[in-house]
Amino acid sequence: MRMRKTSHYAYFFVLPGVILLLMFLISSAVLAMGFSFMDFNLLRPGDATFCGLDNYTRLFQDKSFLKALKNTLYFAAVVVPYQVSLAFALALLVKTNLKGIGLFRSAYFSPLVTSMSVVAILWTFIYNPNPTQGLLNALLTKAGLPTSAFLRSADTAMNSIIFMSGWHSAGYQMMILLAGLQAISEELYEAASIDGANAIQKFFYITIPGIKNVLIFVLMITTINAMKLFTQPYVMTSGGPKESTMTLTYFIYQQGFQFRNMGYASSVSVIFFILVVGISIVIKKLTKAR
Amino acid sequence: MKRRRKHVVLYIVNTFLALLYLSPLIWMTVSAFKPENRIFSDMSSGLMAFLPRNTTLDNFETVFLRSNMLKYIRNSIFYVSILVCFSMVVNSMFGYALAKFEFKGKNLLLSLILALLVLPLESILLSLFFVVNRLHWIDSYLALVVPFIVKCFDVYLFRQFFLDIPDELVEAASIDGASPFRTFIQVVVPISKPVFATVFILDYVAYWSDFMWPLLVITDSNKRTVQLGIQAFFTEPPIYYGPVMAALTIASVPMIVLFLFLQKYYVQGISTSGIKG
Repeated sequence: MRMRKTSHYAYFFVLPGVILLLMFLISSAVLAMGFSFMDFNLLRPGDATFCGLDNYTRLFQDKSFLKALKNTLYFAAVVVPYQVSLAFALALLVKTNLKGIGLFRSAYFSPLVTSMSVVAILWTFIYNPNPTQGLLNALLTKAGLPTSAFLRSADTAMNSIIFMSGWHSAGYQMMILLAGLQAISEELYEAASIDGANAIQKFFYITIPGIKNVLIFVLMITTINAMKLFTQPYVMTSGGPKESTMTLTYFIYQQGFQFRNMGYASSVSVIFFILVVGISIVIKKLTKAR
Repeated sequence: MKRRRKHVVLYIVNTFLALLYLSPLIWMTVSAFKPENRIFSDMSSGLMAFLPRNTTLDNFETVFLRSNMLKYIRNSIFYVSILVCFSMVVNSMFGYALAKFEFKGKNLLLSLILALLVLPLESILLSLFFVVNRLHWIDSYLALVVPFIVKCFDVYLFRQFFLDIPDELVEAASIDGASPFRTFIQVVVPISKPVFATVFILDYVAYWSDFMWPLLVITDSNKRTVQLGIQAFFTEPPIYYGPVMAALTIASVPMIVLFLFLQKYYVQGISTSGIKG
């Protein structure tokens, strides 16, 4: 009400943003929807025809797509609990404000400062299966433990990517959880101590309830990010071996960019979008239900 | 006494774990300064792999001879800086209007921003590629910059911050005869430095690390970003460990420098996102 006098100025403030939104984000989203119902190859743009739901019916018979869908869900299902519990453990370890604790926080955070493509290349060398060339197998051999083929075998490639991805990104969730832990009043813990509660009781009756909402938020962003997995398989395995690290975004890239199948790739994009939004809605609902 | 013992245990566990956590990065940096045969011989003798020995700068020389790494770093700094600057201007204005003005369509715009927050960029990258291709922006920095200037999450962050600025402050300026633009630039922006710093570093890191989009729109080897540059260096034979580790180390330096200065705001940015969400 107060600002009514100057209201026409508001349009100048929002105009650049609105134009850019319409030109790029919104038009692309609409195009993706439209393309997904078309037989449309970028190499032959003149031959584009409407094909109804053909792309979608074809998708669910496409073994590569189903593999990509399964792999992506598997990645999310394993990396999320692993990464979030690692982050939680680290947050508990660096929670107490001791002298020099910032150094430890920075250490756990530092893989994040080096970008994903840097660490993906680094770990490709670490995972080299030859015990004289791969750091991890060299150390395993030295310790008298069995070696692994890591990225070179369809059985272990995805798990190798998961192990490295959690290591890279846990620092991010650690920081959010740390802020959540520090927001819990110290007095609660003191009162519990006076009442004779032990560390485990304090953890389950004070820490967990106090951090529940932050934890659910962290679970949500970690899951959504996990669904987008692209850089690691692109850099480390090219989706192999035997498509064991083929993911939805990699499939979109391959179909759309390498084979120029705009229509078919767009239908995967739409499915991907529905999946991501669906997951966020489900997690949001679960939060409210409790 | 008991508390003291707990602290000692915390230090010991953290020191051990932090070293373990950093070990891949230590190996990367140390290997960048080692001759090729040293890297392999140290690997089989365990801990030696993580210690600097026979230090040499040859690997770095190889990187600069065989690739344009410094140029790629310049390219990335150039486009990411321009993108982030435009982005801060456009999104802060957008957020300000949504926080402090009443106008027709405001609620519609606000719901649109909130709805687009959940849109994963990966799902529209291909059709965005189609749009950018139509504009003949392939191999141009325009493709890397213009489509991403407006960012719904930034608009939202700015709006949340500006909502907390008292209306009286804005009104006082307008009573003094300042136009809304002058009020925004001279009164609001100076007291909003923390939110600008947060948006700056969050976006800088995100665009600097971006891999998929530059991969789609940049094919000219002179215009490669850092990420594309190290990827090319890593896949073009002959592949030797030392030079690749040196290239990875060089590519990490700009972000480390940025973090030394702005880490506080980055941490603030990600931790408040959790409290508010």
